[in-house]
Parts: sequence; C-alpha cells; structure tokens
Amino acid sequence: MSESSVTKPAPVRRKLSAGPLSTGDKWFFRTTSIAANFAFVLVAFILIFLFIQALPALTSQGLPFVYGTEWNNQQDPIVMQIGPMIWGSLLIGAIGVVFATPLAVSLAYLIVFMLPSRLAKVATTLVDLLAALPSVIIGLWGLFVFSPVASEWGAILNKYLGWVPIFQVKSADNGFGGSPFIAGWIVAIMIVPIITSITREVFSQLDRDLINGALALGGSRFSTFRRVIFPTSAGAVVGGVLLGLGRALGETVAIFYVLQITFNINWGQILEPNGGAVASMILSKFGEATQEEVSGLIAAGLVLFILTLGINFIASIIVNRAQPWRKN
Amino acid sequence: MNSLAKASTLSSENISVWFGQRQVLSDVNLVFPANKVTALIGPSGCGKSTFIRTLNRMHELIPGAGLAGSVYLDGKDIYAEDFDAVSVRIKIGMVFQKPNPFPTMTIRDNILSGLRLSGRKIENGDEVVETSLRRASIWNEVKDRLNDQAISLSGGQQQRLCIARSLAMNPQVLLMDEPCSALDPGSTRRIEETIQELSSSMTIVIVTHNMQQAQRVSDQTAFFLADDNTPGGVVEFGATEQIFNGPIDQRTNDYVNGHFG
Repeated sequence: MSESSVTKPAPVRRKLSAGPLSTGDKWFFRTTSIAANFAFVLVAFILIFLFIQALPALTSQGLPFVYGTEWNNQQDPIVMQIGPMIWGSLLIGAIGVVFATPLAVSLAYLIVFMLPSRLAKVATTLVDLLAALPSVIIGLWGLFVFSPVASEWGAILNKYLGWVPIFQVKSADNGFGGSPFIAGWIVAIMIVPIITSITREVFSQLDRDLINGALALGGSRFSTFRRVIFPTSAGAVVGGVLLGLGRALGETVAIFYVLQITFNINWGQILEPNGGAVASMILSKFGEATQEEVSGLIAAGLVLFILTLGINFIASIIVNRAQPWRKN
Repeated sequence: MNSLAKASTLSSENISVWFGQRQVLSDVNLVFPANKVTALIGPSGCGKSTFIRTLNRMHELIPGAGLAGSVYLDGKDIYAEDFDAVSVRIKIGMVFQKPNPFPTMTIRDNILSGLRLSGRKIENGDEVVETSLRRASIWNEVKDRLNDQAISLSGGQQQRLCIARSLAMNPQVLLMDEPCSALDPGSTRRIEETIQELSSSMTIVIVTHNMQQAQRVSDQTAFFLADDNTPGGVVEFGATEQIFNGPIDQRTNDYVNGHFG
C-alpha cells in the first residue's frame, strides 16, 4: 500500500474532563471544597494564634521551657518550665494504653466473634456511650468513687509488688491517692471506646475464610486468635492505640480531678501521689494567671498540640502500612 | 518420608440440617469409600456446601446451625462426645472456594500453620514442608522462595499452597468446596491432576459446578437438588459414568445436560 510509506501523524490527544457536569454539580463542588478548605485553614489559624501568643514565653524561657522542672511566678524574671507536665502526660498516656488495650481488644473480640448479633449491638452501643460521657462526669466519678477504690489497689500493689521499681513509694503514709496510676485508669476508661471501635472494625472486616481456614486446620479459638486474627489486624490495632494515646494526652478535666499535680518529674513511680499533665496544668493555672503566665500556658498548649499532632500522624502512617496485602 | 495416613471411608447417615428454624437439608445418606473421589453437584442453594461442612464439623460454627443424623469416619461417629472437633478437623482436611493463605505468613509458615494452630510439635519441619508441597505439585515453583510471603503467589499457586497446607496435617479425607471456581483453566487443570494423584492416598469429596470437572476427576457423583421452599437432598447417587450417561431420575438427566441450574 502506498499510504504505509507516509508517516502517520502523531495522535491528537483529546481534552478530557472530570469536572462538574451541571450547575447543581458546580455548586455542590464549590460547597464541599469550601468546607474542606475551611477545616484546613482553621487548623492553620489555631497554630498561628498559638505560636504568636506563645512567642514571648518561648523567647524568655528558651529551651528549658520543655525540660526544666520549675514554675515560679513570684520571681523576676518569672520562671516557667513544663518538663514534669510533658513527661507526666506521656506517662499517664502510656499507663492508660497499657490498661485499655487488652480490655479493648478482648471487648472487640467478644463483640465480633462471640456474642449473638443482637447482644453484640447492645454491647457496641454501650461502649460507644462510654465515649459520649462528658469528661467532667468521669472526673467527678473518678474523684469521689474510683479514687478511694483505686488507692486500695495501689496499696495492695505496693505491698506485694513493691520490689518492682515502678510500684515503689517514698512513704506509704502519703496515701495512694492522686497518683499517675489512678489517672492512668481514668484515661484508660476514656480511650477504651476508641480502641474498641477501631479493633472491632478491623476484626469484622477480616476475611471469614481466613478464620475458617485456621479452624479447619484444627485451630482452637485461642490459637486462631493468636496466630491468625491478631497478627492480621495488629497494625490497625496499633493505629487505634495511638489514636487513643492522642486522646489521652489531651485529656484535661478528668485528670485534673484525680491527679496530684506537682513540678517534680515522676519518672515512673506510678503509685506516688505526684504527677503532671500538660492540659490539666493549664486548666489549674489559667484562672489566676498573669499576662506573662498566660503566654507560658499557651506555649504549653502549643507543645501539647504538636505532640498530639505527631502521634496522630504516626498513627495514620501505621494504619495505612498495616495491611499491605489489602488494596484499598 | 513421613508415613502417610491410610485413607478412610466416610459416610453420612440421615443428615438433616437447619439454620435457625429453616431446614435446608433433609436425610442425606452418602458413602465416600476410601481412595475414591466423590463429586457433589447441583444448582446453587441446594445445600452442597452446607453438607460438605457437616463432614468436618465446620457446620457447627455457624450461629443457629442445627443438625440431625451422623457422620462416620471408619465407623466412628465424628459428632460423638469422645471425638472432639479439633481431632475431626485434623483427620478431615478442607480446601475452600477462594484461596485463603494466611497473609502474614511465609509460604513455609503457611504449610506449618496447621501443626502450630493445633498445638502439635513440629519435628523435621523442612521435610513436612517439602513433602506437602510436592504432593500438591507446587514444590518446583516455590522451593527457592519458601520464605516469601504466601500472598506473593498467583491465585492458582495460592490454592495449591492451601491444598499443601491441608496435606501437612496428613489427613485421611480431603474436602474441597469448589476449589477451582476462582481459578483460570490452566490452574484448574493442575489442581485436577493433583486431585487424581492424591486419591491414591486419601478419600476426596469435591463440590463443583463444573460438569466436565466432575466427570474428569470423580469416581462417583451425588446430585443434590432443592425444590422450591423445600429442604435440599440427594436426588441420585452413583458411579459418575452412570450419573452422566444413564441417569435414572429425569431431573438428574435435565441437570447434567444443562436444561436447568
């Protein structure tokens, strides 16, 4: 053929568009993008506000602000350091996670694999209700009902396991109230719903054939959980735990009621009535703070904000990487 | 070589099945002789898959499931109180419709998973792995990548891995619930070859929707059917040759010749 000798022109690419199809579409598109951007802008503004307000304190205090252990507003210049609070928040968060995780994972297993569907729904609702309780209610309950009981648990732990460093106290005469141990329990109660609902979701999305496969090979309920169900969902559970930790770090009122806040770093003697928590400290000082102190408190909030943001960020990475075999 | 378990005769006697109040199977009596391949055929929803799950006590894991009748493994009732479900499932292996290798485990660990799940000691694991993979005719494809993740295999390979995983338990009976329905023709053919080889050492029951497959692999065939709003049951049971070439019941004739279903 003669045409074959003529070079074929390069194909012309057509204009394709996935844009809005109608006026209604256009408005829908605009509304949603405004809403999405609004959330983004809001977070940015909060960060900027915190940063501007915190700047005087950060410049006057320097780096010791985050690791120092003194807060003195009588002195001139004023000293503001929140090391014990940052460490305390992390310690209480860690205790909360240690208590909450086994509870939440067991609850999720029970709901997904063991309860008949009607009971499972009831249990799910109850756990979600726990998340809906205002933290001031949990705080008051913690103060009046739970603390006296948990102090007894603390005394027992100290009596029988006192040789373990974390269960040591300087003197049993101080009582066992107001400790990070109690605050950790309170936080655990508050984050159980988050971890449970994420774990429940992951468990219920598991391929039933995987579980049946394990049972058909002679697995028991426990060995199937240990070797198949848990390893397959572990990444997502860790993500849920970190989200819970994020909530634990930000918890304010409930911890404020049950914790003895001091400016001595409590490295890990969790039964000692001596602890700290950034958010609760802000709450306790804000009422009578001088203008200089307010800047310091806002700086503390900024630090907490960044800490929480970092943990949520890590959580989302872990959750996304958790199941490489699952293609979105 | 590990000595292989002897194939066993499996039989069902008056098996009826309920889900809640609804009866889905009625009075199924079948005998699966040692070293024979039996195909279960019939339209969707006639209870074949439900029936095969009564043969290794997987049925009882479904909430609301009910059962009447008995299943005998070499004359012993597998639902008897002194026969626990775990030992039943160890003796009677199962391969599922969709390949279901454990995604967090390597190829090797998948093969050994049954031993671990059932709490058995693993002696000469390498030998178990090689023997099982050889019997499932997949050894040559995976021998150099035993520590790769099982999900890196193709669908057909995954299914043969699942067969090998069951074989590692050294079962006397192997139940297969539409093992090829998710696979391409090439993989299907290889699995059919594997089934033929395995029948020399075990009893095989296979559910299939593929008439040609039933004719190719099985010695005997049972045709299941559920009429409207009645529990399913066996219409006809006999040598595969007879079911496909000279069925006694008109409904069997219609089904195997593609007139319905």
